[in-house]
Amino acid sequence: MSNRRLYLSYALAAAVLAASPLVLNAYWVDVLNSVGLYALLALSLNLILGDAGLFNMGHAAFYAVGAYTAAILNTHLGLPILWALPLAGALSALFAGLVARPVIHLRGDYLLIVTVGMGEIVRIALVNDVFGLTGGANGIFGIGRPSLFGLRIRRPEEFFYLIWAFVAVTVLLFHRLEQSRFGRALNYLREDEVAAEGSGINTVRYKLVAFALGAGWAGMAGSLYAAKMTIISPESFSFWESVVLFLIVILGGSGSIPGVIVGAGLVVGLPELFRRFASARMLVFGLMMMIMMIVRPQGLLPLRRPRFREADLESGEAGP
Amino acid sequence: MEQFLQQLTNGLAVGGIYALIALGYTMVYGVLKLINFAHGDLFTYGAYLGLTLLTSLLLQNRLGAVGGVLVLAAMVMGLVGLIGVFLERAAYRPLRTSPRLSAVVSALGASIFLQNALMLIYGARYQVYPENVLPQVAVSVFGLGVPLMRIVVVLVSLLMMAALYLFVQRTKTGTAIRAAAIDQGAARLMGIDVDRVIRLVFLIGPALGGAAGLLVGLYYGQVNFTMGWIYGMKAFTAAILGGIGNIPGAMVGGLLLGVIEALGAAYLSIAWKDAIAFVVLILILIIRPTGLLGERVAEKV
Repeated sequence: MSNRRLYLSYALAAAVLAASPLVLNAYWVDVLNSVGLYALLALSLNLILGDAGLFNMGHAAFYAVGAYTAAILNTHLGLPILWALPLAGALSALFAGLVARPVIHLRGDYLLIVTVGMGEIVRIALVNDVFGLTGGANGIFGIGRPSLFGLRIRRPEEFFYLIWAFVAVTVLLFHRLEQSRFGRALNYLREDEVAAEGSGINTVRYKLVAFALGAGWAGMAGSLYAAKMTIISPESFSFWESVVLFLIVILGGSGSIPGVIVGAGLVVGLPELFRRFASARMLVFGLMMMIMMIVRPQGLLPLRRPRFREADLESGEAGP
Repeated sequence: MEQFLQQLTNGLAVGGIYALIALGYTMVYGVLKLINFAHGDLFTYGAYLGLTLLTSLLLQNRLGAVGGVLVLAAMVMGLVGLIGVFLERAAYRPLRTSPRLSAVVSALGASIFLQNALMLIYGARYQVYPENVLPQVAVSVFGLGVPLMRIVVVLVSLLMMAALYLFVQRTKTGTAIRAAAIDQGAARLMGIDVDRVIRLVFLIGPALGGAAGLLVGLYYGQVNFTMGWIYGMKAFTAAILGGIGNIPGAMVGGLLLGVIEALGAAYLSIAWKDAIAFVVLILILIIRPTGLLGERVAEKV
């Protein structure tokens, strides 16, 4: 595909987004903030599910570990929330690496149910106030507002720029990652694990790194969420959240970064648009999901593989 | 000892219900390699349809308690089975050749759709089954007072499992189901109508799930439109625990999960009840990656 068209559409989308708080009211800016957070989470899941092909339906667990780490560091030790963000990411990544190590060899659906189980175990642990730090079912409140360069971020518009700047950095980094040796190894692994192993790819190590990286990113998104809400509780990290993230990745186009962002807009935004259906809106949403999958089984903006022209091969150029 | 035996029988009853639902997951998975996430909701439909038919037709007054409940069960199983066949036609058949996860998302969409349809029809509140449909008495089993309903649940689920097992192992149609599960292409070459097998699987699985829903309604007395999520998840865990795609595995997994959960809630901690099932699952999968009775699948090279 032409990279130029992709960059142009990114630039256009960024420009439209950057201008949107000027014309939208606070409610819709807040909806866009949710879209941004879900886009971040879905991009981190996409690394695990889309790129590496590991069926993870418990991503909310890592999101929760990040949010709670940031919240605890902030409320108990008074660490500014943006300083806590990298620590939260690191702890999520470490946690994911530890819990995924014994189960990483499981095949597709077995891994899926194990990750569902991990998500539930984490949520139940939070409800039961594990370590006496998580505040039980009520959660943690009074999380401090973030401040950046002396500016306290409080209003939805201010959060909008913080969140979407993070999304932009994520998209940039993940694009680079996709094209790196690491990204290509993950794709190889997803398409054919045996062949990948045969070509000298350490499958267990790559899978674990993908898991830890995706989880770490979800942890950082979790600390942004904690900063935005100032109050977090276990119900924000239920099985349903993991399902929503899974939906975003598959509906948008598994493995495709623009697809995942569009998917986030759709899955978070559509129920808002369906508000006029009142109590039937989730019914319509479920129906839409079925129809969309039947019409576009590959997702809305599926991953397009780089194509090599014959001329490139003859001249010894190895691809884009 | 008394408490232990009570919890054990209670666990067997809950486990029987898990096993009945798990059979639907495992049969569909066996033939289509699809996790039918809407299966838990079909179970809920069984519970709600049972309630509606029970209160509107009042069969138990006309045919007596046992006859009425039997006819009711047959009606519920037939209706939920039809919903299952319709679901397959609408949500899964168009995706049969698509990437596997697309069908999973379609299944999740179907689950949301079915659940919300039920909420719009019946409302979000708990629905209560009429009392004393079956006599609420305790029966003495070796000196242990066990509620009659609990024994009925265990016996009915064991009976249905045995019937299904014999059907799949002994009849020609059952052989066709097994053949389609092993290799659809080869089964087709042998003259098996695979589409018919899939329809049949989507008739039997949801029918068993619907029966489980009716049993839950009669056993616990109240039902809710969201209960399919948690029962479905537990039953799917049971299917994986036993080795998914394997019919005896789903039975063993379901009963085992029910007993472990009941004993865990009684002796370890009630607050961690829902986590116990998953901890056991993870531990077993670490040791046996394809479940208790699952066969080792050779990697295709």
